[in-house]
Amino acid sequence: MEKVGIIGIGATKFGELWKQSLRDLLAESQLKAIEDAKISEKDIDLIFTGNMCSGDFSGQNHLGSMASEILNLNVPSIRVEAACASGSVALRQGMQAIRGGEADIVLVNGVEKMTDVQTRQATTGLMGAGDEEWEGFNGLTFCGLYAMMARAYMHKYRLTREQLALVSVKNHKHATYNPIAHYHNEITVDQVLNSSIIADPLTLLDCSPITDGSASVVLAREDIARKFESPIWILGSGQANDTLSLHARKSLTEIPASTHAAQRALMQAKLGIDKVNVTEVHDCFSIAEVMAIEDLGLIPRGEAGRIMEEGQTYFDGKVPVNSCGGLKACGHPIGATGIKQVWEIVKQLRNEAGKRQIGKANIGLTHNVGGTGSTVVVNVFGRDRENKGY
Amino acid sequence: MVKKLNIGIVGFGCYIPKFRIRTEDIAVANNQNVDLIKGALLINEKTVPNKDEDSISIAVEACKNALLRAKIASSRIKAIYMGSESHPYAVKASSAIVGEVLGVGNDFTAADVEFACKAGTAAIQMIAGQVEAEMIDYGLAIGSDTSQGAPGDALEYSAAAGGAAFIIGKNKVGKEESAANILYTLSRTTDTPDFWRRNNQQYPTHMGRFTGEEAYFKHIVSTSQAMLNETGLKIEDFDHVIFHQPNGKFPLKAAKVLGVTNEQLKYGIVVHDIGNTYSGSSLLGLVNVLENALPNQKILLTSYGSGSGSDCFVIETTNLITEKQKIGKNLLNYMQNKQYVNYNQYRQMVKMIH
Amino acid sequence: MHRQSPILRWRKFPERYRLEGNRCNRCGIVYFPKKELCECSCKEFSSFQLSGKGKILTYTEIKSSPEEFSEMTPYCVGIIELAEGPKITGQITDATVDELKVGDDVEQVFRKFLAVGDSGVIHYGVKFKKIE
Repeated sequence: MEKVGIIGIGATKFGELWKQSLRDLLAESQLKAIEDAKISEKDIDLIFTGNMCSGDFSGQNHLGSMASEILNLNVPSIRVEAACASGSVALRQGMQAIRGGEADIVLVNGVEKMTDVQTRQATTGLMGAGDEEWEGFNGLTFCGLYAMMARAYMHKYRLTREQLALVSVKNHKHATYNPIAHYHNEITVDQVLNSSIIADPLTLLDCSPITDGSASVVLAREDIARKFESPIWILGSGQANDTLSLHARKSLTEIPASTHAAQRALMQAKLGIDKVNVTEVHDCFSIAEVMAIEDLGLIPRGEAGRIMEEGQTYFDGKVPVNSCGGLKACGHPIGATGIKQVWEIVKQLRNEAGKRQIGKANIGLTHNVGGTGSTVVVNVFGRDRENKGY
Repeated sequence: MVKKLNIGIVGFGCYIPKFRIRTEDIAVANNQNVDLIKGALLINEKTVPNKDEDSISIAVEACKNALLRAKIASSRIKAIYMGSESHPYAVKASSAIVGEVLGVGNDFTAADVEFACKAGTAAIQMIAGQVEAEMIDYGLAIGSDTSQGAPGDALEYSAAAGGAAFIIGKNKVGKEESAANILYTLSRTTDTPDFWRRNNQQYPTHMGRFTGEEAYFKHIVSTSQAMLNETGLKIEDFDHVIFHQPNGKFPLKAAKVLGVTNEQLKYGIVVHDIGNTYSGSSLLGLVNVLENALPNQKILLTSYGSGSGSDCFVIETTNLITEKQKIGKNLLNYMQNKQYVNYNQYRQMVKMIH
Repeated sequence: MHRQSPILRWRKFPERYRLEGNRCNRCGIVYFPKKELCECSCKEFSSFQLSGKGKILTYTEIKSSPEEFSEMTPYCVGIIELAEGPKITGQITDATVDELKVGDDVEQVFRKFLAVGDSGVIHYGVKFKKIE
């Protein structure tokens, strides 16, 4: 199958960006990515923009047209929505458009402006990622849904509350090295345990924050990408879907779609998970990172607690996870997250990650979840086009 | 002469919330003398509805117990009347919502009834009339309330939540399905300004001692006496007597005037540990009597509703009563499964306005 | 916006008010909420009345709620495995989170969910409560 290369990346600062609108954010990341690729905006054939809630949060839909207008283009421009996986699903659309011969160069964005509404309103809007008819009606929040998974996981695998807190502690540490991250403060296990309960047993510091941000990448057809300086290659991509509601899911202690998406992506890349050097996983809540590293096969099932206690998931550990600070500490602008994960992997594979650089990285993986595991995308990236059997 | 009826109580059931507040906790919060209050009202504790309970949710749970005991498909119910002075909507029938929840179907008539604390017994009379006239086979009569009392007012110690439901059908002689039969009913009504609540007001207003003498006692006693006169029955013919019970003291005083013994009141007075459930009040007494009575016992029930009126009933249990007593949850189960809340929790639960 | 719509809830009263599910006419699997297409690919269903009895698989207590639920906060929500098989999200009422355990037996109760402001509709439906 034809490879697709990433020739440019761009991201805004992540955080509570009071002065920037949805459009300002989108414009900034688009222009940065085009600049990074060293192309003209007029070289772009197609635009995809991942976003979940612009209608609810900014009263603005029709983002396809907004993205092309910013660049003074008349090319096809399409918004993609798959809840928190919107960014990664948009990336897959871009990749498929190139493979299908529709475009040579594609711009893929992910954007979310969240801070123009109150937290309670945001909470209601985000519940659109679940099953409104049953989960929403019962007053569930996303934190509530993941809290129920956390309770089930802790019950089954005897994970302690202290062990679970290690996810946030580690990700805050990583974020201190990432200039675009929402937070730059370190936190302790005690702080996680003593912060206010949002949905028992999860506390405020188990939750990713409400963040504004935008990220963009430029994709190019294989023969075009090869002409660019150090492109990063999409070696494999997998998507799997599952039930919209959590209650209908076969398991409450894992996300089966993560495993399926990873298997598809790795098979396409002709790689085993052991060959992946650096991983960005979807840690919208602390328990999500615990399940993700097991679902992807990075560690054996049920051992996350011990492995985190040993510090193995730090950027300088054996299984580096979320070197950018993850959704927890880099921030989680819903639609932007999937593209920001790609941004971080490209930084690592280009050896441009500064203080959080994991060392020489050849293979990177992103894992992006929509809802409670209803949509999962896993992408595998490499410095080289072909599997050299690292 | 009062007409002899051919009406049976096919199913009966009740519901009270799980939460209670003790009388002393209310007294302390209001800087009032605990012993004085307890002596005056004879109420130890009262039920408190959870935040998600109202007269409709209470009615539904009571109806489910009544349906279990009736052993009929809910679709056979052709009339629902629900008495309450705390219907959640000013305009939108509680009785229609109850019908939908019970899966009655759509071929039934329904209306909400209001007559202070006697709306539930009025609903029984309305259903009994339709059954007696053979317009319907079965009807459902409900009394359910989440009553209100202003903070510090005497009513705050008694205003409670609870409800009872009765499935009324024909007394089928020889093919018995009733737990008890309603033999007679009669009412007295006057225009008495003893207690009222205007539109959009959270709490009712009452006239203190006038509400006792000229209202409660006058109506309870005269209506009960009228029933005895009309039927030729004597008070000692009854195994069980039930009066409306706004507090623990009033029904005892009415009993004394009418010559009712403590033995006759044993199961009929339930206010001491529940409080005044308004439209549910005398009907919870009736449910408790039916849950404890022996076959072929006679029951006298006289309700009272401010404004004012009383409905009086003569009821006789059948041989089926023992079997029906074994089905569903009874009042004693609900009374025993309780959890106390403090005054602050109580205030939040009933959304009290100071 | 959508949560204030009485119509959106009204069309699901049989499910919300009395747990009416459906059952595949071919393989007999019971679904709640109702399904349009069975796992066995059959499209023929009969309506099926669930008992409302089940056990708690997992639960949480919502302390930070969507704005429509603020008057009811905090409240417990769980995933209940119903006796007939289906798993369903439901509020668990009359209890605080400390009083619940995975595996607890529950039964249905009919309760109020929320009232839309002072003038809007009141939403009701089935919740669950520990069997004591």
